[in-house]
Amino acid sequence: MSTDTLTIGKALNLGLRKAMEDDAKVVLMGEDIGKLGGVFRITDGLQKDFGEARVVDTPLAEAGILGTAVGLAMRGYRPVCEIQFDGFVFPAYNQIVTQVAKMHARSKGRLPMPIVIRIPFGGGIGAVEHHSESPEAYFAHTAGLKVVAVSNPVDAYWGIQQAIAHPDPIVFLEPKRRYWEKAEVDTDATPDPLFASRVVRGGDDVTVLAYGPMVKTALQAAEAVAGEGRSLEVVDLRTVSPLDLEPVFESVRRTGRCVVVHEAPVTLGLGAEIAARVTEACFHSLEAPVLRVGGFDTPYPPSKLEEEYLPDLDRVLDAVDRAMEL
Amino acid sequence: MTALPETTEMVDPVPGADAPHLPQRSQLVQLLTPEGERVEHPDYALEISDEELRDLYRDLVLVRRWDVEATALQRQGELGIWASLLGQEAAQVGAGRAMAASDMAFPTYREHGVAWTRGVDPLHVISLFRGVDNGGWDPVATGFNLYTVVIGAQTLHATGYAMGLQRDGAENATLAFLGDGATSQGEVNEAMIWAASFSAPVVFFCQNNQYAISVPLERQSRVPLYQRAAGFGFPGVRVDGNDVLAVLAVTRQALQAAREGQGPTFIEAFTYRMGAHTTSDDPTRYRLASELEEWKLRDPIARLKAHLSRQDKADAAFFDAVEREADELAERIRSGTVDMPDPDPASMFDTVYAEQTPWLAAQRDEFVAYRASFEEAGE
Repeated sequence: MSTDTLTIGKALNLGLRKAMEDDAKVVLMGEDIGKLGGVFRITDGLQKDFGEARVVDTPLAEAGILGTAVGLAMRGYRPVCEIQFDGFVFPAYNQIVTQVAKMHARSKGRLPMPIVIRIPFGGGIGAVEHHSESPEAYFAHTAGLKVVAVSNPVDAYWGIQQAIAHPDPIVFLEPKRRYWEKAEVDTDATPDPLFASRVVRGGDDVTVLAYGPMVKTALQAAEAVAGEGRSLEVVDLRTVSPLDLEPVFESVRRTGRCVVVHEAPVTLGLGAEIAARVTEACFHSLEAPVLRVGGFDTPYPPSKLEEEYLPDLDRVLDAVDRAMEL
Repeated sequence: MTALPETTEMVDPVPGADAPHLPQRSQLVQLLTPEGERVEHPDYALEISDEELRDLYRDLVLVRRWDVEATALQRQGELGIWASLLGQEAAQVGAGRAMAASDMAFPTYREHGVAWTRGVDPLHVISLFRGVDNGGWDPVATGFNLYTVVIGAQTLHATGYAMGLQRDGAENATLAFLGDGATSQGEVNEAMIWAASFSAPVVFFCQNNQYAISVPLERQSRVPLYQRAAGFGFPGVRVDGNDVLAVLAVTRQALQAAREGQGPTFIEAFTYRMGAHTTSDDPTRYRLASELEEWKLRDPIARLKAHLSRQDKADAAFFDAVEREADELAERIRSGTVDMPDPDPASMFDTVYAEQTPWLAAQRDEFVAYRASFEEAGE
């Protein structure tokens, strides 16, 4: 057994390295990912060890990164594209939605698109505009894409390798404000499947769902009320598309109450879809409506206001209280 | 006058295009005049046998016949829409025949002539416009990617594929098709930056047919399009797009340069869309009839036929045989279209992903059961 204490950032770095060692067709592409190692240093040292043909410092053009990745994938490569920040994915949105997502269906399965689009996402780092967004719903709404949001070093290490080995295009969301969170990672373990949610804390009163950076917040909320005799079950969704909701349904049928938490605006966010599906599947078990805690329907605010915008422990517990009062 | 010796009179309607600071190479590359006279060009020698000339003629005639038949099928309600290549046969056949078997083409949605040269069954193209699928051919086996409808997106795919060829050490190149309108797209400009930066073996083949639906070239560019290449750092050349020999020679040379590691070339094939943008379009709203008449005199097929006839390189029996073959092709396209079965409704779920998701599989099952419920009810 080989166990190390790793940050999410380092776990991603090691996972990428492993994927590149395992498959010579894996090519990393992005802005500043080579010599610099990426603005978050996720690709640190990889160009030095694998060369400039496999860790490509691209021109500064996101559509170009994704568009050339399509061509490389057609040629049998497995491009792993880094988008430097969430808000910069939109210049590439056309290629992602009209080409990456649709090529497999367009070609009746002849042209698979094993492309991973890594995006550091979410707020909480005091950044300027476009550096704190949560664009997952756009991609989850697009047929042909899969969307994963990791929350911890173990899933980061295994998830990036599983995503790269997967035959479909995956938007791989990395919780940027948690890059420095640490955990023990056993690199000899058998990983959980990529598209599976996970109950990360058992409880009886309310089922709290989260993914990415909000998992930690949800766990903090559960811890905070544990002393008050209130028991929250926390589920890390891990995959945003496809959603793995069977464990959620099982949980909600026991608790009768469900709160969904994400940083993205609530309107038409993942919470809306999850609330609809939980209601359909658990209607007769529900003691309260499924509640959503998320960002407001505003542009992500200037950073002096972001603590007001982002769901925190108190806002999660406020929703828990409301669910319990019903 | 029907010849194009002095190209500036009609090809550069842009004010300032003759400005002294711009490189002046506005002379079209031409090897066959509109009258069918074979001329030489110092940079583009072309050795070609009589048989090859006849083959090119056959390509042009068959491709046009396919196109005319498809337009008729649309008018009769058999196709949802058709994007005609009328007038652009030489540009497409010349470019397609310049490719090696293992080169890869990245077409727009109008490259039926290139499809023909790659051995794609016309019915596989027709099925797209009939609404049966998004193109039924195998892009890898034919070296001809599926049609890309979002303007310019495929130029990046061609560039990425070329980067893959580089990494594989393959001695092949890609041919990225685009139109004059596409040169305004950001992605096309990104593709040219990428191609130049990585010296990728890709040739950008721009059919300047003068209009992006209704919008004329001068709204897309204040300089002749081939001059754009200089700004990206690779050669640009303008070729008479209605001269199949010139297109063949220029494209062949550019592809060979790309294969040899000399990087990209931008080819502007100067041509004209004789028909509508698609069968839904009405070009009389934005074009003068006189313009059309002028371009009729530069017809790509007539000039090759004139050359073959006058030089005794083909006889009446040959031309008759090609006509008969065209008739047979038209009949095959017509009956194949009318008899084309609709797709299985449940098939829309099947290739969304390489690895099906449980959610989509469940949607498919529900849909199938829902449809079956009507059959059981005998409705």
